[in-house]
Amino acid sequence: MPEKMETQRYWKGIQDMKLRIKFAKFGAMRFIGHLDMMRYFQKAIRRAEIDIAYSEGFSPHQIMSFAAPLGVGLMSNGEYFDIEVRSYTTSRDMKNRLNRVMAPGIEVLNITLLEEHEKNAMASVAAASYSVRFRENYEPGFDWVSQSALFYRKSAIPVTKKTKKSEVSLDLKPAIYSMSAEIDEAGIPVMRLLVDASSSGNIKPSLVMETFLKENGEELSEFALIITRENTFTNIGTEEEPKLVPLDAVGKSF
Amino acid sequence: MRKLALRDEILLRVEKPARYIGNEVNAIVKENEKVDVRMAMCFPDVYEIGMSHLGIQILYDMFNSFEDVWCERVYSPWVDLDKIMREENIPLFGLESQEPIKDLDFLAITIQYEMCYTNILQVLELSQIPLIAKERTWEYPIVIGGGPCTYNPEPIAEFFDIFYIGEGETRYRELINIYKEARRKGVSRTEFLRRAAKVPGIYVPAFYQVEYKEDGTILAMKPTEKGIPEKIVKEIEMEVSDTYYPRKPVVPFIKVTQDRVVLEIQRGCIRGCRFCQAGQLYRPVRERDVEMLKKYAIDMLKNTGHEEISLSSLSSSDYSKLPELIDFLIEECRQRNINISLPSLRIDAFSLDVMSKVQDVKKSSLTFAPEAGSQRLRDVINKGLTESVILEGAAMAFKGGWTRVKLYFMLGLPTETEEDIRGIGDLCNKIASTFFETVPKEKRVNGKVQIVASTSFFIPKPFTPFQWAGMCTKDEFLDKAYITRTSIKEQLNQKSIKYNWHEADASVLEGVFARGDRKVSQVILKAYEKGCIFDAWSEYFNNDMWLEAFEECGVNIGFYTARERELEEVFPWDFLDCGVTKEFLKREWKKARNETVSPNCRMQCQGCGANRFAGGVCFEEKQM
Repeated sequence: MPEKMETQRYWKGIQDMKLRIKFAKFGAMRFIGHLDMMRYFQKAIRRAEIDIAYSEGFSPHQIMSFAAPLGVGLMSNGEYFDIEVRSYTTSRDMKNRLNRVMAPGIEVLNITLLEEHEKNAMASVAAASYSVRFRENYEPGFDWVSQSALFYRKSAIPVTKKTKKSEVSLDLKPAIYSMSAEIDEAGIPVMRLLVDASSSGNIKPSLVMETFLKENGEELSEFALIITRENTFTNIGTEEEPKLVPLDAVGKSF
Repeated sequence: MRKLALRDEILLRVEKPARYIGNEVNAIVKENEKVDVRMAMCFPDVYEIGMSHLGIQILYDMFNSFEDVWCERVYSPWVDLDKIMREENIPLFGLESQEPIKDLDFLAITIQYEMCYTNILQVLELSQIPLIAKERTWEYPIVIGGGPCTYNPEPIAEFFDIFYIGEGETRYRELINIYKEARRKGVSRTEFLRRAAKVPGIYVPAFYQVEYKEDGTILAMKPTEKGIPEKIVKEIEMEVSDTYYPRKPVVPFIKVTQDRVVLEIQRGCIRGCRFCQAGQLYRPVRERDVEMLKKYAIDMLKNTGHEEISLSSLSSSDYSKLPELIDFLIEECRQRNINISLPSLRIDAFSLDVMSKVQDVKKSSLTFAPEAGSQRLRDVINKGLTESVILEGAAMAFKGGWTRVKLYFMLGLPTETEEDIRGIGDLCNKIASTFFETVPKEKRVNGKVQIVASTSFFIPKPFTPFQWAGMCTKDEFLDKAYITRTSIKEQLNQKSIKYNWHEADASVLEGVFARGDRKVSQVILKAYEKGCIFDAWSEYFNNDMWLEAFEECGVNIGFYTARERELEEVFPWDFLDCGVTKEFLKREWKKARNETVSPNCRMQCQGCGANRFAGGVCFEEKQM
């Protein structure tokens, strides 16, 4: 018989508490799609014996909300989802408990407690930062590190964004909060991007890169980019004067 | 981290890359330097099907419990990756190590249905292993086959070094020890196979020769050397409560067919339906201890995080401690928000009560498997389900709120007449009438009842009382499906009845493989070379290509299917002994034609021969 939670401290609020879980995704796990990641965590939470809250009804499901879906093939150091729990121990204990049952390539980085009024992870997402590198043998033929500054300095970057049904023309410029190229610790050129990731204005880093290359007369080939999402942000400022902070900055450690 | 066998560009191009990366929770990764023997267990179909198979999970767990063995998994690459691997000459790899299969010691393939035969060739070819066993040297793994289809291994005998006949828990350790010894001493591959052939339950096709009569039937099958057994008795695990069973099954990332904890409660079946091969092969019935099952259920749920548990057996209603087990599961699963999925139980007051507790009555359906439309024919096949039992069960269920009924039948059973077939429509109609009689108008949910009748085509299988029977041709099958459909349309309640029937071409082919001999292997090879693959998938099954292959090889389909066999005929599988005697099967075949039923194992022993295994139901105290 599984024992009750092996805890030193055990709190239970009057109502269910909201926790925000931050995790990294890398290695073979890059090839697991968003829906399968949700299923993966549902099972992981049971294995870790987290006291998650369930919905009412004939087939209750775990109360869980994921922030921004991550495309297949991408790595991440800043993925988030929220859960509601009926009881909890400490950030550290719960993090350890989850990490003990993870598959290689997923690491839980942080767990914070949310105030009752906080919006759920999905609704909170405003922006995401990315590191973009070129796969070997796919590097552009021009000096893209120095060209990137010129590109970002433009006052408007018009593109056509293809959706499933139609094509939309839009200006990328206001959706890119920052863009700069540098050489990383390993000596590899990397583009750092911070772009809109809200449900209404989500911009894929590959679209920025494609447009950038096109500006310089090159075609972006399908598998050229190695993309890592570095973090996901929420806006605690206003729409006019956004102040972007990581999604777990609004929670507190416990 | 392990390096994946496939480049990112390939994984991003194929459907469901998660099929090929391994890395699942509870997958076992060992250090190459610390093991002596490396093997891969293969299910020759796509990942989602293969991962749902309990047998592989049991054996995977067993092999990896041996410290000196590392066992991985491999499945058929789906058609998209298959094409890329051929174009780029990428060798098939084990999911755990991502290293080529061809470098391992053993490739063990479970053969669960005949329609996967071309996929066996696919796995061998993509692994870059010669398709024909005789062409393999020590450079290649030993290819072993196991599973129900190996009870007639002859159509695929040329492709395998070894067949393991029976349940896998008992002899693999011995076989691996012989292998290690052989490699250490540097003996030839043939010498290793010779030693293996002397292990009980092991069949090495290369050491047997078949002689045929002029009419194409078998004159004799004999070992080519002294010391090789003439008869091979199946292996069986008699200690089912104290044997290998996975406490930590591998948890797939993508949705697979059987996406839940599976608890095998017993092996075998007491019923003795005469068409059913499993009912004979797994005799005698052996129940697992209920305390063991409770413990495993909790452990497996905890170690996998699955949200559902299901019971597995050929006939769960016959498990003697079923109420105790189900009560326990209901209680435990309610606390954990786990669903219980019940296998098709016999419909009675007990099962309806249980089902109403664990599923949404409005959404679920009842399942009956009368298999034949008339009582006469049900007696022939020894299916002890009577019309009154079905109608009473249905009435009870309708009162309980169910409105959907599924019925399974077979067409083409021995002695079947048009009247028997018309009985299917009659029975469906009576069930619908029962609904309208039982449930008053104001209480009818959605106002109606839904009855779905499905028919499959009967295929005689080895080691059943019907192994002598003739099988229908495609046209006969289709005529029977047509009669079924017409007779349903004639019913008063026909609007409540939906009818589905199975494809006939694939059934004919399955019939050839089921009772085929070594001559059939060239057809399989030829069809594969023409491009046949994933034959179990209707969208890939190409009947014309198969017919061409038979034609070109000069192999006559009717010889294997339509022909009723003489009682004296030597069958290709007669060198195997599955526990029940041929004499018993002959008696049952005779009783079938006399429309006489046989009581089940708990009611009265029929002397099938399985009591020689000294355990199970044969030695239970008789319950009166």
